[in-house]
Amino acid sequence: MSTTAPKRASNLFVGSPIERLEDLRFLTGRGQYVDDLAVENMLHAAILRSSVAHGRILSIDSSAARARRGVHAVITAADIGTVPTIPLRHDPTPAIRRFEQPVIADGKVRYVGEPIAVVIAESAALAEDALEAIAVDIEALRVVADREFARKDDIILFETVGTNVPDTITAVRGKADDAAFNSAPYRRREHFSVQRHAAVPMEPRGLLAEWDDANARITVRGACKVPFTNRRALAQMMNLPEASVRMVEYDVGGGFGARGEFYPEDFLIPFAARLLGRPVKWTEDRRENLTALNHARDMECDLEIACARDGALIALRAHACTDIGAYVRTNGATAARNIAQVLAGPYRIPHVRVDVSLVITNKTPVGTYRGPGRFESDFCRERLFDMAAADLGVDRVEFRRRNLIREADMPYPLPKVQVLDIESECDSGDYQITLDRCLAEFKWAERAKLNGKLIDGRHHGIAVGCYLEGGGTGPRENVRLAVEADGSISLFVGSSSVGQGVETVFAQIAADALEVPMERINRVLHGSTDYVAQGFGSFSSRSIVMGGNAIGDAAQKLRTLIREAAAKRLQCQASDIVIDRGMAVGPAPARAAIALKEFAGLCADGTFASAKRTYSYGAHAAYVAVDAKTGHVELIDYVAVEDVGRIVNPLTLHGQCIGAVVQGLGGAFLEHFIYDENGQLLTGSFADYLMPTASDFPQIRAVALEDKPSPLNPMGAKGAGEGGIIPVGGVVANAVAAALGSLGVEPRDLPLSPPRLWQMIQAARATCAAR
Amino acid sequence: MKLPPFDYACPTSVSEVVALLAAHDGEAKPLAGGQSLVPMLAFRVALPSLLVDLRKVAELRHIKITNEGIALGAMVRWREILDDARLRTAHPLLIAAVAHVAHYQIRNRGTVGGSMAHADPAAELPGIAVTCEAKIAVTGKAGARVIAAADFFQGPLTTALQSDEIITEIRLPLWPAKRRFGFQEFARRRGDFAMAAAALFYDEDGGKARNAHIGAIGVADRPLRLKAAEDAINGTSIDEAVIAKAEAAASASVDPADDIHASGAYRKALIGVMVERALRDAAGLKTT
Repeated sequence: MSTTAPKRASNLFVGSPIERLEDLRFLTGRGQYVDDLAVENMLHAAILRSSVAHGRILSIDSSAARARRGVHAVITAADIGTVPTIPLRHDPTPAIRRFEQPVIADGKVRYVGEPIAVVIAESAALAEDALEAIAVDIEALRVVADREFARKDDIILFETVGTNVPDTITAVRGKADDAAFNSAPYRRREHFSVQRHAAVPMEPRGLLAEWDDANARITVRGACKVPFTNRRALAQMMNLPEASVRMVEYDVGGGFGARGEFYPEDFLIPFAARLLGRPVKWTEDRRENLTALNHARDMECDLEIACARDGALIALRAHACTDIGAYVRTNGATAARNIAQVLAGPYRIPHVRVDVSLVITNKTPVGTYRGPGRFESDFCRERLFDMAAADLGVDRVEFRRRNLIREADMPYPLPKVQVLDIESECDSGDYQITLDRCLAEFKWAERAKLNGKLIDGRHHGIAVGCYLEGGGTGPRENVRLAVEADGSISLFVGSSSVGQGVETVFAQIAADALEVPMERINRVLHGSTDYVAQGFGSFSSRSIVMGGNAIGDAAQKLRTLIREAAAKRLQCQASDIVIDRGMAVGPAPARAAIALKEFAGLCADGTFASAKRTYSYGAHAAYVAVDAKTGHVELIDYVAVEDVGRIVNPLTLHGQCIGAVVQGLGGAFLEHFIYDENGQLLTGSFADYLMPTASDFPQIRAVALEDKPSPLNPMGAKGAGEGGIIPVGGVVANAVAAALGSLGVEPRDLPLSPPRLWQMIQAARATCAAR
Repeated sequence: MKLPPFDYACPTSVSEVVALLAAHDGEAKPLAGGQSLVPMLAFRVALPSLLVDLRKVAELRHIKITNEGIALGAMVRWREILDDARLRTAHPLLIAAVAHVAHYQIRNRGTVGGSMAHADPAAELPGIAVTCEAKIAVTGKAGARVIAAADFFQGPLTTALQSDEIITEIRLPLWPAKRRFGFQEFARRRGDFAMAAAALFYDEDGGKARNAHIGAIGVADRPLRLKAAEDAINGTSIDEAVIAKAEAAASASVDPADDIHASGAYRKALIGVMVERALRDAAGLKTT
């Protein structure tokens, strides 16, 4: 880890590699996860999920289950009455809203894993036992198992809507029409695909709902990511005022975009608690997690570029198609929207048009997963760039260098997303610097000598790719700073912790802003609806940009309040008061000092609002060796370089980047939700759904820079949680292609599994032999 | 993924175990290390009425090395095999194979008897048993009997064991000190079940290989001996031409089915590569 920026003199904590405050409690077993909670009178829920991918529910007989020992209730759609659907949180076009998911299967089932009934019993085991006693009669319908069949509209999942294509999202910059392509000296068009995989956080979901009958109030423990948005949704569904819904966040074992969105269970468990008047707990097990939590990534893309003979890009156009599963969930269209917006990447391409169709199939619905749409886009684009560079005889690095957006071009507009009317622009940066630094760290020139060589029976290859990471999504975030009786400071934030270390980085920011030692920030209280009037949560790499800058605002106000109060006591002007090392110090010569605890009870609210997103950026390089006889790829070296505008904590940032790269490698090589033609998930356990583990990819290096702060916020910060994953698929696929260049193997589909690579190598050899 | 309801017994002798199994007429299941059975319970694909825990059966825990060979009690855990210094010379092929069994935690719990009785076609020990012509000692209501490894495995998760029988011991023939051997396995991640693996050994007589045994794992419904590959090396001095012949013969002698992880064609080629590499290890020849 290294930074090029000089150490700031005025700030002690921001920029320092401070160990995570959270870790002591995690490492000593004192973390508090929702499954750790137990309250008196608590009942347990288990959920009956559809084993049929597409069908009409003819009858549900739960009488035998209800009669079982320890069973308190069995809840089905009939018990709920009018079954609410889960509102979209992002991109709610009227066309897309027609595909919202009901909170429980209502007449039809549309994917394996869809909730049909909820059993409430004395224990989780008794509840699960009772599931088997529920008799569900489902008339199986023909399954829509893939995009191609879905688009024919032969079998319609939502009969009243009449199509399996909710919408097509288009983004445009310039005029990428036939004229632009026909007049270009060079063009190439290829078809790519990225497989269905998902976030798969280590901790499955959990909820504990308690209904307070006297006050008609519901408390839901286990909220995270967007508790305020979910409070609004739940209040509406339960017909309660928002103030009567309390969401409480505990420690969370990973979110990555999937955890914390509003799922069917987020209604069903509170509903059960109110129905029975007893606390109800539900802990998702891994089997249901793999069909219930959002899937992601599943896309294919027909991509074409046009450029000059020297590689200067003229135009890019694409038609992509994302399989979003059986319903549009809270953010089910976000990856598609991002593909449209960022397929062109950090490159100056005058003419761009990308159309992304969302397609409904009988599979688990999708949602955002770290770098949504960006991971997919980068794979397609960077692969095509390497193919084009080879065709043109232009060096792969030169090709990118020639086309990267220049600092002088800033702010540079991204293609405009037409249906949703979204405009965004790259805020700042010098993309050449991260590329150069990546090449230097990687020792590109030296390694290039090994590229394409067969050494000890393995083919060696290298590749480099560039990316953009959008972050700091608005509209705003709110925080409160309060002086406690002992002179410590409590920090209340609307941001959430999903394991990314916000307690630490927020304490750093607050301590610097108040000029107090970090120990004074005794509590960072996040994610629960009690703490601030309105919070916006943690998604889209926004916590530091939005929450961090809001802390700056609150600190400024609190300092003013303290100085005013001190001035009153010392009978001087507020402007004479200096806050230093946790004391308010009066003017010379007395320099009377008042301890902060004297100001107990003072508090200040802060907010930061921004409609513009930040864009961090960087470059990754990979060095691989491919065993052509097995199709195995060894990752020999991997370097990630990013510029995040402002580094708050180099340690946590480094951890984020390494973790993200490993997740990306999982997507590139291992993870794959495979369905059969009946819509059954064939990789529904960790025996078959292959997650990367600590020993699989040991060679990863990460460098973070803060050369180019964002002009959009006082800290200069940009989002930094997702960059590590975005370019991984494209970079490693290009390295594999480079390794196998002598055979002409060109990967167009992820994952790069050994059997698939072996098959490509066999086919390439057969083609060579035929020539 | 909560376990289904079942009764539980924890006897201390083989005779008690057999009596319990016999009394439950196929509805009871012996619990050894639990590394396969417990997940199957959690997924509710196994629904026994009684679990007979073998952890207190002391007579199943021995590792005996004699002039006749090696006897592994059914409750010997992978960790105990890897920690037994004698076995490194007494049966280096066994050690090489067991090093590929799953992960640290699983090796601390999993047992040889459990692996044999579970009979996963991609598991290492059943492959070693077939390759080495092991004998499996079992005891049931009708008494004790010994089954040849080649007859023991009958298909995926299917063995010659009767429902009232348990494995008591796995017997591997004596391993000559100068025997040459190799074990090669390919899995998606370290510790995963093999996509294919080859276990092989041969003895040398005047510079020629003889008594070749080549076993294949993960390419059929049970572990196999590859006779054609053995024929390709018996009587030869191992060189590039022989290795190529053995690789081709190994590939040609299997016909794996397609599954979600790989095509049959891939596994067919892969077992050839595993045999080729194991043979190189055995002969001390470098990869070309």
